[in-house]
Amino acid sequence: MEEQQKMNSLSTNRQSLFTLLKRLGPLIGLAFVFGLFAVLRPTNFPTPDNMQLMMLQTAVVGTAALGMTMVIISGGIDLSVGSVIALSTVVISLLLNYGFPPLVAAVGGVAAGALCGSIIGVLITRLKLTPFIATLGMWGALRGAAKGLANEQVIVAPSSWLNGLLNTLSSDQQWMLLPPGVWLMVILALFVGGLLRYTQRGRHIFAVGSNEQTARLCGVPVERTKLIVYMLGSGFAALAGVLQFSYLTVGDPTTAAGMELDIIAAVVIGGASLAGGEGTVLGSLVGALIMTVVANGSTKMEWPNWVQEIVTGGIIIVAVALDRLRHRKVE
Amino acid sequence: MIDQRSVRLHMRGIQKRFGATVALDGVDLSVEAGKVLALVGENGAGKSSLMKVLSGAYQPDAGEMVLDGQSYRPRNPHDARLARVAMVYQELSLAPHLSVAENVMLGMEPVGFGFVRRTEVQKRTHEALAQLGHYDIRPEERVDRLSIAARQLVEIARAIAIGCRVLVLDEPTSSLTAEDIQRLFAVVRRLKEQDHAIVYISHFLEEVKEISDRFVVLRDGRSVGEGMTASVPTNEIIGMMVGREVTDLYPRSPRTPGEVVLDVNNLEGVSKPVSASLTLHRGEIVGIAGLVGAGRTEFLRALFGLNPVRHGEIKLSVYVGLGSPALRWTQGMGIVSEDRKSEGLAITLSITDNMTLSRLGGVGPAGLVMPGRQHLAAAKWIERLQIKCRDTFQPVGELSGGNQQKVAIARLLHHDVDVLLLDEPTRGIDVGSKVEIYRLIDELASQGKGVIMVSSYLPELLGVCDRVAVMYRGHLHAARSVTEIDEREVMMEATGTEVERDK
Repeated sequence: MEEQQKMNSLSTNRQSLFTLLKRLGPLIGLAFVFGLFAVLRPTNFPTPDNMQLMMLQTAVVGTAALGMTMVIISGGIDLSVGSVIALSTVVISLLLNYGFPPLVAAVGGVAAGALCGSIIGVLITRLKLTPFIATLGMWGALRGAAKGLANEQVIVAPSSWLNGLLNTLSSDQQWMLLPPGVWLMVILALFVGGLLRYTQRGRHIFAVGSNEQTARLCGVPVERTKLIVYMLGSGFAALAGVLQFSYLTVGDPTTAAGMELDIIAAVVIGGASLAGGEGTVLGSLVGALIMTVVANGSTKMEWPNWVQEIVTGGIIIVAVALDRLRHRKVE
Repeated sequence: MIDQRSVRLHMRGIQKRFGATVALDGVDLSVEAGKVLALVGENGAGKSSLMKVLSGAYQPDAGEMVLDGQSYRPRNPHDARLARVAMVYQELSLAPHLSVAENVMLGMEPVGFGFVRRTEVQKRTHEALAQLGHYDIRPEERVDRLSIAARQLVEIARAIAIGCRVLVLDEPTSSLTAEDIQRLFAVVRRLKEQDHAIVYISHFLEEVKEISDRFVVLRDGRSVGEGMTASVPTNEIIGMMVGREVTDLYPRSPRTPGEVVLDVNNLEGVSKPVSASLTLHRGEIVGIAGLVGAGRTEFLRALFGLNPVRHGEIKLSVYVGLGSPALRWTQGMGIVSEDRKSEGLAITLSITDNMTLSRLGGVGPAGLVMPGRQHLAAAKWIERLQIKCRDTFQPVGELSGGNQQKVAIARLLHHDVDVLLLDEPTRGIDVGSKVEIYRLIDELASQGKGVIMVSSYLPELLGVCDRVAVMYRGHLHAARSVTEIDEREVMMEATGTEVERDK
């Protein structure tokens, strides 16, 4: 009896070690790349200014990755987020030019994104298109829509406080600790984390991604859950678009081309499974940070761009391979 | 009785164990050329284990096999194919996007200069189909355009295209119409005349009588009887299949049926059930017997709103009408799916998530889910049902079949439903867990819950249930008390023997 209990606690320890590794895997990766560049470039890499810069560089991808995390946990994928970001910057600058206050313009951009998401959701739940195809179509269509709205030009917008979201803090702003855009990402991350963990809707997203049939059997509104996931996914992409606008200060229909792949990569490096049912908010943010650290570190090392791209690609493959290996061990 | 010279395959003293379970306990079997041997027995009697030994999927622990006078020891299914022992399974194994000819010659395409010789492929496929007497199937047709019956013929053509010496047909008619069955039999007779040795596995005894020359009965991993099909009456064969004491395996506490909790009237689904009526009382267990494909699962799914309903009335306690699964849960009905892995459980999720998925709101304030309380609830059921696991976080995919099933049932208990629909609740789990699940079902009924249980294993239905209704080709017959019927009668009703006699 006592022995049994001992064995139980032993196996519990091993289990918690596994979950700990799973949770910490991406963090260890982040610490490793950060440490590596800190050792190689001790003078100009691990400085407070550079660290703040890296946070700023992460904000756009990180915010969109929050939405993508939900999409991927639900067993889907969204290839259109780069186009949504561009569309969002265009809508915001158009609204500012019409004279709307900045907050209304930003909300308008986000609403446009959520509308795109609901179209994707309808395509997937009503027309039964696979998420890959539906969002591949929207990837092209929304980029086109953004260009059409902008008349294939960059739209210059009147200056407003929106432009300051991603500026490094000036001396009288130090009380904020982090730039407002970064705070936005952090608060949204807490929101999504809470949603996934503490609400029925969140648990349903995991269930749909893990096994849609089981979810249906248990009375989960599968279609509605998916619709909401894609609306949130595109909505968060549009919020990332607000940050992108703040960084660009103009509406640019060609911006963020290919960024959808960085966003998906961040989520996958963070430990989410493209098969669905798995993924964490913290992991995705850490995944996004890893990619920024590599990019920033490579620049500081004065490595050419192509080296940085190879390294980033390698990290994606290593991260997923490690994840597979861990899965095999558990099985 | 058997002409030794014509024997193509001998299996002698075949034994196979899985841990403590004895699947095969010294089975003897001879198959003659130009004859059809029927292999009969209930589910779990060892038919499929024996065929897996024959096809090289299992290695026997003891015993020998002789094929055409030579020792035959396949180490894997590929060996068996090389020795020209061919199987046609219930679930067809064709590549739906390829043509008939490509399927028939798959893996043995004639090659010249590194290219597949297409005309040769077409020709040999045509020959094989001609051998079956089916010129109507075109070799270039894509397989997914064919009917189920035609696909089965393609599969048989694949077997004879390699010049098979032994052909095994495993439950070949379970998804065929009466007309297609006759066509299949014509093919089997043709193959017989061409001197093929055929093993025919079925639990439709009428078919066995019609098509086979000899039969062998398996029970509990042993051959318990054999004979010439023509000279042994069906009743006697059923007697050999059943012949078992069924008593203490099934705990039964005294229970009295209460008010009606579920009333189903003339329920008709899209293809099945055709017509089903049933009344279920509180504190009662009603079993649904029938063959695979009779429409039992479809009946449960229609009740639960998982399959569309065409006609019929359903009254569940105070609620009248149809409903979605979500509605059914709130009305106090729950289901355990027959397919644990792909529907019943989300196997990558934790025990907790699986148990509480249908009722998350109940474990936290204001519609929020509190993971801590969720785990506490799960821990309670783990202890109560004695589920062997590491902790509540463990993915259910890592549990044994019996423990997985307990998790699936725990979901219904956590939801505290009044009516439990259990579809094959003991499929694929060990005997020990089976008994625990029987005990649990009994306990639930004595607490006043209503249970409908579908099972292909008759002794269990008669042992656990108060009443049993038989489903035959989509029609649900009236439920009768288990004290009034025995296995033989149920089996006759399920195989349509009685229906034939009434005509």
